[in-house]
Formats: sequence, structure tokens, C-alpha cells
Amino acid sequence: MIRYFKDVWEGFWTVLVGMKITWRHLFTQKVTLQYPEEKWQLPPKSRMRLFMAYEDCIGCGQCARACPVQCIYIKAEKRDSKATPIFAANGQPIKLDVSVFDIDMSLCCYCNLCTYPCPTNCIYMTPEYEFATTDLTQQLYHFAKTGAKFLTVNPKAAAKPAAPAAPAAPAAPKATPPASGTPPAPAAPSGGAPPAPAGA
Amino acid sequence: MDFTVGLLLKLVPGLGGAPAWVLITLGAVVPAVLLVTMMALGPILYVYAETKIAGFMQDRIGPKRVGPHGMLQTVADAVKLLFKEAIFPAGVDKVLFVLAPCIVNVGAFLPFVVVPFGSHLQTADLNVGVFYVTAVASLSTVGLIMAGWASNNKYALFGGMRSAAQIVSYEIPAVMILLIPVMIVGSLSLQDIVAAQAGGLQSWLLFRYFPLMPIAFLIFFTAGMAECNRTPFDIPEAESELVAGFHTEYSGFFFAMFFMAEYTEMFVISAVTSVLFLGGFHAPHPALQDIHGFGLGFLWLTAKAWSLMFVMMWLRWTLPRLRVDQLMYVAWKVLLPISMVLVVAVGALLMIPATRNGFPWDPYVGWLVTIAVFGALVAWMAGARLAKKRHVRDLAA
Amino acid sequence: MASAIGSGAADWKLDDLETDEMVLNMGPQHPSTHGVLRIELKTDGEVVKAARPHIGYLHRCFEKHAESVDYPGVIPYTDRMDYVASMGNSLGYALAVEKLLGIETSPYVSTIRVIMAELQRIASHCVAVGTYGMDIGAFTPFLHLLRDREKILDLFEWTCGARLLYNYNWVGGVSHDLPEGFVKACRQFLREYDAITIPELMDLLIGNKIFIKRTAGVGVLPVDLAISYDLTGPNLRGSGLPRDLRKDHPYCGYDRFEFAVPVGRGEHGPVGSCFDRNWVRCIEMAESSKIIHQALDLLEKSERADVHEKVPKRVKPAKGEVYSRSEAPRGQLGYYVVADGTGVNPYRVKVKSPCFTAMSVFHVLAKGMMIADIIALIGSLDVVLGEIDR
Repeated sequence: MIRYFKDVWEGFWTVLVGMKITWRHLFTQKVTLQYPEEKWQLPPKSRMRLFMAYEDCIGCGQCARACPVQCIYIKAEKRDSKATPIFAANGQPIKLDVSVFDIDMSLCCYCNLCTYPCPTNCIYMTPEYEFATTDLTQQLYHFAKTGAKFLTVNPKAAAKPAAPAAPAAPAAPKATPPASGTPPAPAAPSGGAPPAPAGA
Repeated sequence: MDFTVGLLLKLVPGLGGAPAWVLITLGAVVPAVLLVTMMALGPILYVYAETKIAGFMQDRIGPKRVGPHGMLQTVADAVKLLFKEAIFPAGVDKVLFVLAPCIVNVGAFLPFVVVPFGSHLQTADLNVGVFYVTAVASLSTVGLIMAGWASNNKYALFGGMRSAAQIVSYEIPAVMILLIPVMIVGSLSLQDIVAAQAGGLQSWLLFRYFPLMPIAFLIFFTAGMAECNRTPFDIPEAESELVAGFHTEYSGFFFAMFFMAEYTEMFVISAVTSVLFLGGFHAPHPALQDIHGFGLGFLWLTAKAWSLMFVMMWLRWTLPRLRVDQLMYVAWKVLLPISMVLVVAVGALLMIPATRNGFPWDPYVGWLVTIAVFGALVAWMAGARLAKKRHVRDLAA
Repeated sequence: MASAIGSGAADWKLDDLETDEMVLNMGPQHPSTHGVLRIELKTDGEVVKAARPHIGYLHRCFEKHAESVDYPGVIPYTDRMDYVASMGNSLGYALAVEKLLGIETSPYVSTIRVIMAELQRIASHCVAVGTYGMDIGAFTPFLHLLRDREKILDLFEWTCGARLLYNYNWVGGVSHDLPEGFVKACRQFLREYDAITIPELMDLLIGNKIFIKRTAGVGVLPVDLAISYDLTGPNLRGSGLPRDLRKDHPYCGYDRFEFAVPVGRGEHGPVGSCFDRNWVRCIEMAESSKIIHQALDLLEKSERADVHEKVPKRVKPAKGEVYSRSEAPRGQLGYYVVADGTGVNPYRVKVKSPCFTAMSVFHVLAKGMMIADIIALIGSLDVVLGEIDR
């Protein structure tokens, strides 16, 4: 009997306690981000779209070997021994002509494993995530281009062992920086708090 | 009705020469049409309010894009539903399938006939108003069972059976509680019940025989929520279990009709509760009743009904769902005994001359309780806003 | 491709269908089955007479894939098994291969791994408890918990660049060191979490009488049944047995931290009910928070080390096999890795998935319940179909 009344009272009381919490939540900070007017500031290490600087590629194929889903297709031939020696940005001589360098982004699992073995750090992941297409074939990126300007002088002093997750913003293709809105985020790669949501 | 006819004659002088039956018909039809139109447009507002309130309670914004602050979202949804193909699954009983939403809607709209929006703003002042409300409120059950059966779908059948059991069970405590205002006022007419609560907040039936009437109000409100299939009693349409319960197979306009019926029923239950317990169209203080002779009763009743609807929505987003046997337990073993005890207690108190008009502390309790409740709500709101300011400041730091 | 599990396959003949009973299919597409799970229910009205789960709708041949990529390349695949808690998966695999190679990571790396694993445990339990509340009908706590999960995912994104599938725990180390300011941000998150989210969750959901009535006394799992069906993790602890790999066989430096192992106490009904399992998960969230605080203290006191120090250039273990287990948020996750000594690919990677074993007890518990309780039961076992089907 006592149990019965206790149950009824507890049922009533816990309902009121719950109602108090939801009433308070009516007036607390809302966490919605109004995309596309406000965009989340991605940290620089974000693993989104892959990019590869063709002028620095030595054609070793390490990235293709490291990829667990085999989304990188490379075709390289040995360069003519009499041709002008060309160099990558970190001073390594390029001995192979890379005729095909395709990355199928629809297969890519964004694991970042391809960026670590690259000797010249020419392949890296950028924070660019708005690259949806309506046609699946457009997700196959062709990075090998004809008429690329290679370095013919060995830039010995310009040894840049860039960390794999440092996207040089000008080099990224169509990397539109986060548009308008008021992102108060610290976009600096080093330090600070994690990016806070815009529109706080 | 005389009032309506008189008003019509004033507005349209040419009607003076019309035969009596024309006047009577117009006097009945015009308010009914007005009422149905207004009430049918109500769900657009209520669905918007529900989605916004749900959003805000869940730390998100809710609809925002369609129209200013998302106000046209429901309109867009309604238009979409109208244009959607009304699918008739194979094997459905076509007649019942189409008839079910209609009956549910009829059951939702009929009680409006007796709800008094003002001392003359009532479609029909039946002198058995309360009895009429009880009778027509259970009409929607038939529609729900029809929907469940006609859908040729096991899930829908489950939903239909559950809802039949639920609505019928919760009618009983509701009707028991309905007896109490009738006993206190001595009349079944809703207009008389409202008239007995004139004079301000302290004479509302909610605060008579404190604490007995508040308990009665809570029971009636709970039973009313169960009638509308609102969480925690929404087992007939339990989304996470039965996909959509009795209206799984409905799409397009029929689904829109079920949706409309649910929100209309919510408004009806809230309006009837406000009429019975919260003073109907009377303002909390007589001074606020009219502005320069223009009666605000209609606005007061709507405001009270909307507040009760807000509480229903508030409860929906706070509480989990009761299982069907627990639902039955609550109806038959908790609400019904308490309501029977209340009926007997209030009846006995009415017989004793000393307490014929309520307990001695009744007139003061009303204002005290109201101020306490609103004060608590405002205090929590202020607390939450302060926390929000502090949070924003911390983030920026 | 669906395979049927459950006892008594012989006594379920299609011919002797009784007309009183209804066969209801909670099909692969259902709002509450936590993934693509099909449950065949034989019900008598609302009461379930028999239940048979059908799995395999999400089978993606993980174990076969693992044979065709090299050891570090398996890690993105392990992430995708239990996609709600992927730090735990990659940690288990990394520990297994490290055992095979005989690598011992530095305390700095172990501390980072513990922080990530515990943050992931909180995030995973947020999903578990939140979706459980949603199945029961309380929609709001789900969104509050997901808001906090998003904050955790922001921390992960800041550290390694990904929000859900990290490829973080490598063989011999971790992929990225913690960024500057991580400790401060993590502490701020935990402060808010401990002060606001957990108490609100307790008040809004766990303490709610309706929730208690729906879950206490439902799906009671006796301890001996749990042991015989090899349940682990919160499912076992909910039945009262305090078995936790982090305490019993500490790995990855867990013995440096002090934390309690919550068990179901049966305060609202018999021990081992759905309520107890859920309760264990909620308390585990608070305990994980304690562990992270201690780990952050350790980090502040120690110096930064190179997280790639022990990562081998090429993972080519000698011929051998190893079974290594860890405490994933859903139970004991075991990896059986066989190396044949030739080549850079594993010969065989077999995963013992905790959700698979949890699902195996479902048909026993489901007898005699009501349909609404079936939903409560699945949610309380906290199954993720990605891990069951691999």
C-alpha cells in the first residue's frame, strides 16, 4: 500500500524534475550552425580532400602501395638519360616521368596513410570538404598534367620537411576558405583552443 | 443562437425580410463554418510551435529557413502533403481506409460546438454541454480502430488495438472528474460553469477545495493527454516501435488529416480543461476583461488553451513512453481510484454547510500558487540565461 | 546474405504454424534496431513467444580484406567495424600486432592512448544511452548527449583530423601527437560534462519513474546465463559481476589510474535488468571522466615524447600468432592475429566481437516479453551491427 503511494508520488515528482530541466534548456545556448552561412572552421590537420603537387612527385609509388583501398593509380616511365635533370622542391632528383597519377576520391577512405611514405611530401590531405559531384566519374582526379613546370635547379637550401598535415593554402585546388559568417576560431595551426562554433 | 441571428441582422439588414428558416439556418451554419475554418488553420500554428519548442528544448533551433524564423514551414509541409500521392496499399478496405481520418476529425471538431469563447460566442449553448463533450470525444476511437484494421498491416493493427484500449480506459477517470465541476456549479451547461468562475483568479474552480481540485485538474489533464495520444501515452503511434502505429500506411492528404486531427484534439482538450478549471473566458483580474467595452474573453480562453497545449508539448519532449500495460495500470489503478475518491470527497464537502463554498483558504491560495509557479519558472529562465551568458563568455576566452 | 542464429532451429518448422500466433518481422529497416538487424518475432498478441535475429546485412568481409593489405593498412578497416567507437577497435589491433612484434610503447604514448580510448568510451556511451532513451520514447536526452559527443569529436578532429574513423592507434605508437592546448580544452570539456551533462542525464532520463518502470525488471539476465553466453563489458557488469579487463588484466598503462568498476545493483528490480545495464554505462561515463583527468595530470607532469618513436618502418613480424583483448565500450574486443613470417600482409585476422556474443543471448531473453520490451532489450545490449557483421 505504502509502495503504491510512493510510486505515484515518485512518478509525479520525477516528471516535475524532468520538466524543470527541459524548461531551462529552452533558454540555453543553441548549438545549431547555420550552414552554409556559417561554416565550421576545420583544424588544419583535417583529412578531407586529397591534393598532390605534381611538380614534386618523383613517381616512387609508395603512396599507391600504402593505400589500403588502392585508390591511387600511377604509371611512370624512366626519364630519358639525356633529358634535363629536374628536381622536386626538397632537392630530390626526379628520375621518372609520371604519365598517369589518378586518385579516385570515391574509393578513398581518408585514412591519410598515403601521405606518410611520400619522400617529397607532395601528397597531403586538405580541409576542403565541399567537393560533392553529381557524376561519380568526376570523383576520379587526374593530377598528371602536361606542360608542368619542373624545377631544373636543385633547390638545396629549400629543404622543407613539411609535416604531412600542413596544407599550403595557395596550392590547394579550389580550396575555398570558410566563407562568411563570424567564425571566432583560431585558424592558426599551432595552439589555441579547438575551433569554437560560429554564431555563439 | 439568438445572439448570432441578431448580429447577422445587424450586419446584413437585407436579411430582415428573409423567412425564419433561412435566419435559423444561417444562425447555425455561419458560426459553425467560422469555427471550423479557424480551428482547421490552428494546426499550422501548433505544428510550428511544437517543432520550435522541441528544437529549443533540445539545444537546437528548429525550423528556420522557410519564411521568417521558419514560420512558413508548416504551410510548406501541408502543401507537400496535399500534393503527395495518397497510396492505397494492396488489400486495404477502401471505404474504411478513407472514412477513418474523416471520423477522427469529426470526433475532434465536434466538441468545439459547446466551447464558450465569450458569454455569447458559443455555437450552441446546450444545457447538457458537459454530457455532450463526453459523448462526442470518444467518437475518434472508432476512427482509429478503423484506420488500424483497414490498413491491412500488422503494425497498424497493433496501433489501432492499443489506441482503442487506451482511449476507452482514459475516458473513465476523465468523466469522473468532469462530475466535480458539475457538482460544484450545479449545471451541465458549460456557459454556467464559466459564469460560476467569474470575478478573477481566486474563483477559478482550480483553486476550490485546495488541494483537492488541483489534483482533479491534474487527473483530467493527464486523461486528456491520453485521449490525444500524446507522449507519454503515444503508444498507438510509437515511432520507435511500430514505425507509425495506426497511421503507418497513410500518406499524403490522409496523413495530413490525422495530423490535423491530433492537434485539433489537443486544442479541444485544452479548451475544455480551461473552461472547466481555469475560468474559461474570464481574465485573471476583472480589470483585464475588456478594453473600452471590447470583450477580450476570446483572447483569454485562447491564451489559456495555448498555455495548456504548451504544457502538453513540454511533457512530450520530457518524458519517455509508457508501455501499454503500464498505461492501463495508470488509468485503472491510479487515476480511477483517485478520481472516485475525489468525487466522493468533494460531494461530501458540498453537503456540509460549512464547506459548501470551499475551504476558507481558497481565495488566497489561488494567487499564492500562481505567483509561486510563475516566479519559479521565471527564476529558472533567468538562471538558464545567466548560464548561457557565462558559457558564451567562457568560449570566447 | 543472412544467417540465422538462435537455438532450436530444428523445432521451428514453417508447416506447423499456429493460427493464434502472429509472425511479425522487425525488418532490416526499423527505427530502433541499431543498424540493419532483422528480428523475426512469433507473438501471441503483444507477448513474444519466440524471437530469432537475422544478421549479416552489414557484412563487409573485414577479415578477408585484412589478408590483402599490410599490417598498418588493416587499421582503417578496424575503424569501420564498430564505427561508433573506433578508437577502441584500432587500439585492440595495435596492441595485438605490438605483442606479435614485441614492441612496448613509451608511457607517453600509452597515456595518450588511454585518453583517446576513454574519450571514445564517453562518446560511445553517449550514443548508447541517448539512443536507448529515444527507443523508450524520451527524445530530448539523445540530443543533449549528442551535443556533448560532438564536443568530443571536435577534440578528435583537432588531434588527428577525422571525426569518426580516425586511423589513430598505429602499430607502435599513434599517428599524431596531441596539439598544443589539448589538455586545457579537454579539461574544459570534462568540467562542463561532469557538472552539467551527467547530473541532467540522471535527472531527466535515469531517474524518471516512467523510464525506470520501462526498464527495471525487463530483460533480466542472470549472471550464470551471462557467463555461459560469454557476455562481457557493461552487459556482464549489469548482472552484478565486476569483470573489467582494464582492472583484471591491465593493458596500455591502465594500472596507473584509479577508477571504480560500476556493477548493476538492482536497486529498482532484479539485478541484471535493462536498467542495470544502462546504469552501468552512465556511471562508466563518469568514471572515464575521472581516468581522463588523471591521465591529463600525468601528461602535464611529463615531457613530450616522439609518438612515432617505436613505429616500425616496415611491419614484418616473424611467424607466430597472438590473441590480444581489450575493453572496448561494448565489451571485450579480441583480435587473433596470425603471421606466417613471409610478406607484409597478415595471414589471418580474426575478431571476437562483443556485440556478436551479446546478440546471441537475445533469443533467450526475448521469450515472454512484450513487443515494447523487445526494443528496450536490444537497446540495453547496445549492439552495433557493424561490429556484429564485420
